[in-house]
Amino acid sequence: MKFDTPAGTNPIDRMTVVGKPTPRIDGPLKVSGQAPYAYEHQDVPGKMAYGYILGSAVAKGTIRSIDTARAERAAGVVAVVTHRNAGKLGKGRMNTAHLLAGPQVEHYHQAVAVVVAETFEQARAAAALIDVDYARDAGRFDLVAAKPDAKEGTGSDAPSGAGDFEGAFAGAPVQIDETYTTPDQSHAMMEPHATIAAWEGGKLTVWTANQMINWGLKDLAATLQLPVENVRLISPYIGGGFGGKLFLRADVLMAALGARAAKRPVKLALQRPLMANNTTHRPATIQRIRLGCARDGKITAIGHESWSGDLEGGGPEAATQQTKLLYAGANRMTALRLAVLDLPEANAMRAPGEAPGMMALEIAIDEMAEKLGMDPVAFRVLNDTQVDPENPERPFSQRNLVRCMEEGAQRFGWNRRKAKPGQVRDGRWLVGMGVAAAFRNNLNQKSGARVRLSTSGEVSVETDMTDIGTGTYTIIAQTAAEMMGVPLAKVNVKLGDSSAPVSAGSGGQWGANSSTSGVYAACVKLREAVVAKLGFGPGEAVFEGGQVRVGNRTADIASAARGGEIVVEDSIEFGDLAKKFQQSTFGAHFVEVAVDRYTGETRVRRMLAVCAAGRILNPTSARSQVIGAMTMGVGGALMEELAVDKRFGFFVNHDLAGYEVPVHADIPHQDVVFLDEADDKVSPMKAKGVGELGLCGVGAAVANAIYNATGVRIREYPITLDKHLDRLGEVA
Amino acid sequence: MRPFTYERATSAQDAAAKAASMPGARFIAGGTNLLDLMKLEIETPTHLIDVNGLGMDKIEEIDGGGLRIGALVRNTDLAADKRVREDYAVLTRALVAGASGQLRNKATTAGNLLQRTRCPYFYDVNMPCNKRKPGSGCAAIGGFSRQLAVVGTSEACIATHPSDMAVAMRVLDASVETIRPDGTTRAISIAEFHRLPGDTPHRDTVLDKGEMIISVALPRQRGGTHIYRKVRDRASYAFALVSVAAVIGRDGRGAVALGGVAHKPWREAEADALLPKGAGPVADRLFAEAAPREDNAFKITLAKRTIASVIAEAREA
Ligand SMILES: Cc1cc2nc3c(=O)[nH]c(=O)nc-3n(C[C@H](O)[C@H](O)[C@H](O)COP(=O)(O)OP(=O)(O)OC[C@H]3O[C@@H](n4cnc5c(N)ncnc54)[C@H](O)[C@@H]3O)c2cc1C
Ligand code: SF4
Repeated sequence: MKFDTPAGTNPIDRMTVVGKPTPRIDGPLKVSGQAPYAYEHQDVPGKMAYGYILGSAVAKGTIRSIDTARAERAAGVVAVVTHRNAGKLGKGRMNTAHLLAGPQVEHYHQAVAVVVAETFEQARAAAALIDVDYARDAGRFDLVAAKPDAKEGTGSDAPSGAGDFEGAFAGAPVQIDETYTTPDQSHAMMEPHATIAAWEGGKLTVWTANQMINWGLKDLAATLQLPVENVRLISPYIGGGFGGKLFLRADVLMAALGARAAKRPVKLALQRPLMANNTTHRPATIQRIRLGCARDGKITAIGHESWSGDLEGGGPEAATQQTKLLYAGANRMTALRLAVLDLPEANAMRAPGEAPGMMALEIAIDEMAEKLGMDPVAFRVLNDTQVDPENPERPFSQRNLVRCMEEGAQRFGWNRRKAKPGQVRDGRWLVGMGVAAAFRNNLNQKSGARVRLSTSGEVSVETDMTDIGTGTYTIIAQTAAEMMGVPLAKVNVKLGDSSAPVSAGSGGQWGANSSTSGVYAACVKLREAVVAKLGFGPGEAVFEGGQVRVGNRTADIASAARGGEIVVEDSIEFGDLAKKFQQSTFGAHFVEVAVDRYTGETRVRRMLAVCAAGRILNPTSARSQVIGAMTMGVGGALMEELAVDKRFGFFVNHDLAGYEVPVHADIPHQDVVFLDEADDKVSPMKAKGVGELGLCGVGAAVANAIYNATGVRIREYPITLDKHLDRLGEVA
Repeated sequence: MRPFTYERATSAQDAAAKAASMPGARFIAGGTNLLDLMKLEIETPTHLIDVNGLGMDKIEEIDGGGLRIGALVRNTDLAADKRVREDYAVLTRALVAGASGQLRNKATTAGNLLQRTRCPYFYDVNMPCNKRKPGSGCAAIGGFSRQLAVVGTSEACIATHPSDMAVAMRVLDASVETIRPDGTTRAISIAEFHRLPGDTPHRDTVLDKGEMIISVALPRQRGGTHIYRKVRDRASYAFALVSVAAVIGRDGRGAVALGGVAHKPWREAEADALLPKGAGPVADRLFAEAAPREDNAFKITLAKRTIASVIAEAREA
């Protein structure tokens, strides 16, 4: 099905199942331990062996020699694979660095070897017996030092703008010109990358944890130089990804190489201390923002430049993305610059671009509002735009930022905020409120599904779509139930298998809308097949309560499959509506914090997010997405930072004791409100992404609240206590 | 993890004697620190002597005042003990500020005192570290040292001792009671128990080979308000950037010890004496010889301000 004109009325609009708060259908399996994660599959033929990866001890250099003899002789060892005996390997399209080092080492903890043994403990012990002699090369590990050599982005990363930014900025009566920094961040999901690999002849099956089955499939085939048909990826349950599992990673490749060498299935999980440096991360940014305003508060010039680093051949963090679209202003400029660094591979992490971009932009907006003497909500409302400011002939498909702001302000009690910072005390606490807009583009991807109507009237859906803990099983089941007019309990959903039709996958907050639209398309086809089978002539078919009705003819849906199950397949493809209409999601984040005036510790007291993200398919799981994102936002604001050792070239705090994410005690009550929307220009579901929107802007709302509490403006994330401690006033 | 043998000790002296005679032998109590380090091959014992089950899990009153805490008393039980909560509240507060409920259920008094540093380079076997591998160098100096020590450091090591419990014990003037392989016992004041790194940072304490902790004695209670303030980047489940254990009387006199700043709980009698004069003089005294790094210099300001917070809290109590 091609989606190239706005959706008319369709069966989803009934909203009898879609849009209803629905507990996740895979919940009982998960809480009873019956949903197998990558490391837990029991249905693998053959006697399992265990793999353990040895990561490189240097960040950049060459492996001069590698001695595996002691490891090979160690108890229980079945095989040791290094670059010397791995065979010829290619590189996946989505990978910047190779997944197996040697002789070149491209980054710290890049896989150097995999040891396969009878037990996990034996594999781990033997890995420590491998002697590697490295020739260490000097590397570039410092973004600040590499910044002057950074290159301007090209293609979709090329500079953009409108009007005369420099001139308008220079002439603006009120100006802001500030630099903000965000650190390298780690996905730090609960489930590490893990894979079981098994070969049958030249065919490989991997049970893994991957957000994008088809990308993984193609890149695994490319890396092993196998035809795609000889590879199968199975990934039904995933313990979080946040973008860290978008790509083929070393767990898959090394398990496959280990299994080939051992001639047995091999199971392997990345040990936690390897996660930060072996896999991808969100790169640090340096962002310069210039805003020029007229005295009435109208933005006349808006400029945003961002610098980030990556390995040779990598890409920039698109931190200026939202600045092209969020606020009005005739004169604009954005630019991305990329420096080459020899740190581990930078890549997407939840809301790439906007997450760090909004952390900076929305502080700048707060600073400008203060300079103008305006309320930050009113300032944002004043500068709203209903069209793409770089191409004013291009409207937004739907944009309710102003309503989010105003509704949020009212619910949060924003009018109690003191505009002057540092005014509210509660014992030893300095209390403040902050606001930020939320913004994330809505993306759509082609997505397919196969649907079946069984002889007993059950509907099953098969697609290679994934559920990374987000609730995909449930919204897909809701979609099929709504389309086919059957209860949720009559729908089976099978996900995460590369033998099923290719879906959008889970990334860029496109998963929910695209994959349910693909299921919608397949269900439209199934409805046609059912009506044809029933021999019901032309006329509008209504699928409801397990029955099919056309005109005055009615039948049980199951009766259509009496002669055998009906199977159809289709996919949704998106036309150029996204070119004609800018499709984005919006929100407002409100935060109240308290800062200990002695120690500088920040504690978040209240949080509210108001989101406008099209139709909300399942308010229960959408709320979970947003509160999780708000939690991640607090982490980014207050504590998350991969500490770079600029001499050795690696992230030092590479475990969950050193890389701090919020714990329960850091997170107060969180309120989430969804505006009642349906966006007919994005898809037949009229839904948009929401899982990343919830993160965008949270960090800045926290930062602005801290400023409102203390009067000390911090522009370097995370806002740890040391950054403002000596400016919080004398204490006796 | 390297292969190892395991036995259950039959008596404290037996355990000490075995530990002295068998090369590569180590005691294991709760295992919450030792096992983690063994998995990473930072610790590589070849033999483990399990000291659970020797009856050292009791808290008893000492004739004439004070409490004797068995080496195997779990952190949870110690924190919950009524006598501790009433007379040594700073100890309860320090304990519950540490780790998590699950870990405290396993962690023991002796194991807590002997837990090893959380210096990130100590944890990465690819990095030079004099504490892990004597003579290899110190990667933390000139590297990421935000968590590390600012005072009592050496050119060989700038690690901190991570225990919260030990900081409270330091302010309570505890003493560590041990048995040696020959069966003799001794009491080591907590002030002397942990070492400064000097040029032998691989030695955390003054314990001799095979010497085993059997108990910790707390002297008669110390009157005043008991406060433990632990400052960290998140609200729970993190090691201290700086912590302050204090017992402060109505007259403003008392004792104060710091965690997170040195290779051992940091306290000085002269600093205690300055408490009535306020946080500034106390901190100036405690950090007179400080040698902070660029990224942990804030700890001195933080300690001073946290002491101020503690003094204010005591005043209001
Ligand atoms: C995730 C995590 C977070 C933590 N957070 C904190 C925190 O915030 N604050 C804090 O203070 N601590 C924290 N800890 C550390 C925790 O307190 C220690 O791991 C625990 O106290 C160690 O006690 P154990 O009995 O398990 O020791 P073990 O691991 O059994 O032993 C530790 C050491 O003591 C030796 N030993 C044990 N018993 C004796 C004895 N009787 N005589 C001589 N030697 C002995 C062992 O040989 C070993 O070297 C944390 C630990 C973890 C894993
Ligand atoms: S500070 Fe001490 S523990 Fe840390 S790397 Fe240096 S020697 Fe090792």
